[in-house]
Amino acid sequence: MDAITVSHLSKRYDDTLAVDDVSFSVARGATLGLLGGNGAGKTTTIAMLLGLLVPSSGSIHVLGHDMARNRFAALARMNFSSPYVSLPSRISVRENLQVYAQLYGVRHTAQRIAELARELDLTGLLDRMAGELSAGQKTRVALAKSLINRPDVLLLDEPTASLDPDTGDLVRSWLERYRAESGCTILLASHNMAEVERLCSDVVMLKKGRIVDHGTPQELLDRYGREDLEDVFLDIARGRTSLEART
Amino acid sequence: MSLSLRRIWGLMFRHIALYRRSWPRLVELAYWPILQMSIWGFTANFLIQRGGSNATMIGGAVMGGVLLWEVALRSQMGMSITFLEEIWSRNLGHVFVSPLRPWELVAALIGMSMLRMLAGVIPAIALAWVLYAFNLLSTGPVLVLFFANLMVMGWAVALGVISLILRHGAGAEALAWSVLFGITPFSAVFYPVSVLPHVAREIAFLVPASHVFEGMRAVLLDGHIAWDELVLAMLLNLVWLAGAILIFRRQFQVARIRGALISIGE
Repeated sequence: MDAITVSHLSKRYDDTLAVDDVSFSVARGATLGLLGGNGAGKTTTIAMLLGLLVPSSGSIHVLGHDMARNRFAALARMNFSSPYVSLPSRISVRENLQVYAQLYGVRHTAQRIAELARELDLTGLLDRMAGELSAGQKTRVALAKSLINRPDVLLLDEPTASLDPDTGDLVRSWLERYRAESGCTILLASHNMAEVERLCSDVVMLKKGRIVDHGTPQELLDRYGREDLEDVFLDIARGRTSLEART
Repeated sequence: MSLSLRRIWGLMFRHIALYRRSWPRLVELAYWPILQMSIWGFTANFLIQRGGSNATMIGGAVMGGVLLWEVALRSQMGMSITFLEEIWSRNLGHVFVSPLRPWELVAALIGMSMLRMLAGVIPAIALAWVLYAFNLLSTGPVLVLFFANLMVMGWAVALGVISLILRHGAGAEALAWSVLFGITPFSAVFYPVSVLPHVAREIAFLVPASHVFEGMRAVLLDGHIAWDELVLAMLLNLVWLAGAILIFRRQFQVARIRGALISIGE
């Protein structure tokens, strides 16, 4: 069974169709890249997957649970990280992680926090205020928060934005290892095409709320006759079809 | 501990951690109730000095009114401001994508509201006793019912404020501080309902606090418990709370449809 199944999903705000009849699925243990320019509908799609936003039509099933009827059963086994959603800045990193460990019902909280701190190099930061950290450190803390419950489905919105290349690479390696060890399903929205090529087994390209292309990174490269996904992204963003791009 | 209790505790812990690190926040909780008690305590003393035995009782009723009204105010503000703290820290996105149910969020806000109210009101009660020889606890066990009714009314109003914030965004946050002051004239905090004009009396009848304060004056001035007033306060509170819960549920759902949970802090 697929971990995520999205069928004919649409979201309309007054006169604007933010997401237009989008369907895709993500197999368990796979990593799907959700790509598109600004306003393509990535954030709206992720918000609907997380139950923050009610779709205008269509359905979402996560880990077999219908998000319209039983979202809390799925949310307990999901998690989310985005540099655009903050963690409370005036409490310590440890306290932040303790809060989310309680919200997600994590057992042996202290042990889990120590484990994550070791793996994400946060041990020296645990007793510092979250607001005092650098952007890169905050991103690692947000990642630790998103892994606190050992999620089966992880939604990441630009997980390495604002990280230096070295730390970004460490985080990507860590995500690869985590997925391999846990069998976690990852949905990744990113503007970093190298990251998408490295992490994603499938890619969905969105434009103006619609899926304009879909396939493995290699399939997309072949289809557009390009060397890297950045060029494919530009072809799609600028309205060149795969046929035009090849000629 | 059940998962539900753990989630409620988790959200409360986030706010307790905030307060235990910040003495200005703690001072702020008690500052206004102590200031109010000081001003009204001196006013009551002045009345007592000028007016003889009846004035002593009236002065006591004024101080009782100040302290009990703070219970309603602090309960309402405690709940609304705890919710606003989540908006200010831009943390709501994480909270709402966790398995925390909306009713658990409300339970955590109520828990924090009680803690904040006690941290604000207990020093003021102590001050009234030490400085003005007014012991609110002398009203007896019925005080628990006064407190409970005023807290519930505060929570109902706070849920209304939170619903407005969900509907109109952080632009509605000023209501968290001001809304209950608008109800004060009809709550009969310092005077009996009978002194109000007819229309205002009709409105006051629908305000749970007016019955609590009539009950308080019955204890302090006449020495008897006005059970009829207390029962009315409880029934009205049930109606207020049920109405507030319905409005909150509706606005929460509307916020999920309009996307307000994503952009609420902006």
